[in-house]
Amino acid sequence: MTMIATSPSLADSVARSFDAKRRIAFAIPAIIIAYLIYAAISFDIAGLAQRARFDNAAVLLSDFWSHKTHVTRDNRTGTVVVAIEGENKGTYPEGMLPDWVTIVGDVTTVDLGTGHVVTYDDAGARFVVPGYGTIDIRPVNGKPVLTAPQPIPDWISVAENKVSVTTDAGRFSYSRSKVETFRYQAGWELWFFTLDSSFYGKGLGELVSLAVVGDRIDPDRSNSGYMLSEFWTNKMWRHGDVAWAIFETILMAFLGTMTAALVALPLSFLAARNFMPLGAFRFAARRIFDFVRGVDGLIWTIILSRAFGPGPMTGAIAIAITDVGSFGKTFSEALENIDEKQVEGIRSTGANATLRARFGVIPQLMPVLLAQVLYYLESNTRSATVIGAIVGGGIGLLLTQAIQTQKDWEEVAYYIVLIILMVMMMDSLSGWLRRKLIKGE
Amino acid sequence: MVDVAFGPEQGQRPDLSNNREAYLDLVRRKRMYGGILLVIFIALMASGWSLAEDRNAGGFLEGLHQIFDFPAEVFAEAWQKLDLLPGIFIAHIPALIETLNIAAVATLLGAIAAVSLSLLATRGLARWPRLIPVFRRTMDALRAVPEIVIALVLIYILGGGPVPAVIAIALHTGGALGKLFSEVAENADLKPVEGLASVGANWSQRMWLGVIPQVAPNWLSYALLRFEINVRASAILGFVGEGGIGHDLKIAMQWGQGRYDEVVAIFLLLFLTIVVIDQVSDHYRHKLVKGSQA
Repeated sequence: MTMIATSPSLADSVARSFDAKRRIAFAIPAIIIAYLIYAAISFDIAGLAQRARFDNAAVLLSDFWSHKTHVTRDNRTGTVVVAIEGENKGTYPEGMLPDWVTIVGDVTTVDLGTGHVVTYDDAGARFVVPGYGTIDIRPVNGKPVLTAPQPIPDWISVAENKVSVTTDAGRFSYSRSKVETFRYQAGWELWFFTLDSSFYGKGLGELVSLAVVGDRIDPDRSNSGYMLSEFWTNKMWRHGDVAWAIFETILMAFLGTMTAALVALPLSFLAARNFMPLGAFRFAARRIFDFVRGVDGLIWTIILSRAFGPGPMTGAIAIAITDVGSFGKTFSEALENIDEKQVEGIRSTGANATLRARFGVIPQLMPVLLAQVLYYLESNTRSATVIGAIVGGGIGLLLTQAIQTQKDWEEVAYYIVLIILMVMMMDSLSGWLRRKLIKGE
Repeated sequence: MVDVAFGPEQGQRPDLSNNREAYLDLVRRKRMYGGILLVIFIALMASGWSLAEDRNAGGFLEGLHQIFDFPAEVFAEAWQKLDLLPGIFIAHIPALIETLNIAAVATLLGAIAAVSLSLLATRGLARWPRLIPVFRRTMDALRAVPEIVIALVLIYILGGGPVPAVIAIALHTGGALGKLFSEVAENADLKPVEGLASVGANWSQRMWLGVIPQVAPNWLSYALLRFEINVRASAILGFVGEGGIGHDLKIAMQWGQGRYDEVVAIFLLLFLTIVVIDQVSDHYRHKLVKGSQA
């Protein structure tokens, strides 16, 4: 009966609380949206749309799976150069041409496939586009003059000194000084062997038979060894350097994490209430942890690279110093939560403080310690990439350099793939170790 | 521990009639394994450090006494221009706010993505249980890509400014928080969800009214922790890429002597901001987690 008597006020209070909840349910999303709108304005999203260069994105994406070959003729000297990605390292040597380029006398024919054919000759250049017609360019008084079926479509751009044609099969451009054709093909060319290598252009079967039974190409060493060294010292992709860089990055993460754990472990005893009765020491140790954590890894990295110069050791020390703070904090918290009974048991056998720590405390701390160390090892692999970009070591440096040149996008793509593989590998390694060591599976 | 106590091979049991011998045998084996591991570990560390030192531009011992040279030089110069510091502080506040905004927006967007990803990837709650592995792998992939990779690529495509950093950090946050959120959601009580299902609530209503209220304190606590991490990440990305206080720091550093007062001001601003954010978020996280247990 009392329920009925109080029910009006109960209903009131429930309704009120519902109203309040409803207001909060609307207010929180409204605040979030208002904040995002403010951020969008302060970040100048509108201006961003104009500045964005989606053609850059297209270039980057296409370099993930394809490469381009430049066929360039210098209009003054008449020499024709065929180079992969237009680089010196990828230039076809004298007397060697891809099978879609033929040079007979002064006439160069570039077959772009699907009926697209470009011809350079004395008179100028011609580009046959199936379904459209022939684009004919002749220099008159040093300026390219275009003859093509009217109306000129928008994939042909005509400027005073330059004519460019973009088709699906390839790009073509004619200027006063040179005429160039770019052909895009799938795959990363020269990934295994560069053009000057004796192994370039050989199929897998041929390579295997060379390695196993073939005569020695270089009499001084076996074919398989030669092949490995040609691959390892590949000038275009520099596999050896890249492998070193990856190794350096992992080394930085490993050394930094392990050293931090080794330094933080004894310090964390100082910061734990049940091991350090003197408040002053505890306070000092905790403030040290707070300080090294608070001075960000970025600042440590800058200070250290002034002292030690660029390189992996600087990166490793920077990681170690930053992580001493985080480790010290978690370890000392774990120490305060241990079960005193085990320590008591060890003490009853007459063990001294070191032995009590070794047999009574460390076994309890071990799961927390291992989990933390492995987790940090994994996340430090990522940090080491960034720190490497600042201190100048490892794959992070290679990546930033490749991006800054704004040219070798296939290398950027390669490094990105490698970094992701590296991080995933460290992730699964640390996950596996965690399961093995902590859960004992 | 079972396999240590009874030997690695299944079925082979120690002779229990002589348990002293068996115990000593066990201790010896444990010591041997521990010793081998210790030796390997020490060898790895020693060779690793010496290798790292070899490949470094400067050696450890030559550099050691120089560690404080640079801070000393910087602080000495700043000390002389002490009266200028407050002005420099104020001049860099907008950049600091930009850094914080980058971190906050990225955390917010990442957390929103993480909420949906984690609910879709949690056993027992997922909308499409068959697609759980897909969402889990998505989160793994988002976590795996380092922020700097995405940021540098986006700077190239989008031009400078804070947006590339926001997107890079948000993607990473989405993956990292998604995993943590999903671990929390796994332990959520399913009774409210069943109750809501019995009155005909659809999936989003079940999640919004049945699961979110249970997990919100823990999720918020993780999001705050992530915000701390993201403030640091945003400063570093500014240094490597563009935007925010990190960029100012880089410019002041490149200028070198004569602008060290600015370097000190930025160091201090960054340090104070990080410490304050750490303390505040620590306080609220304790409150959130304790409150949910009570």
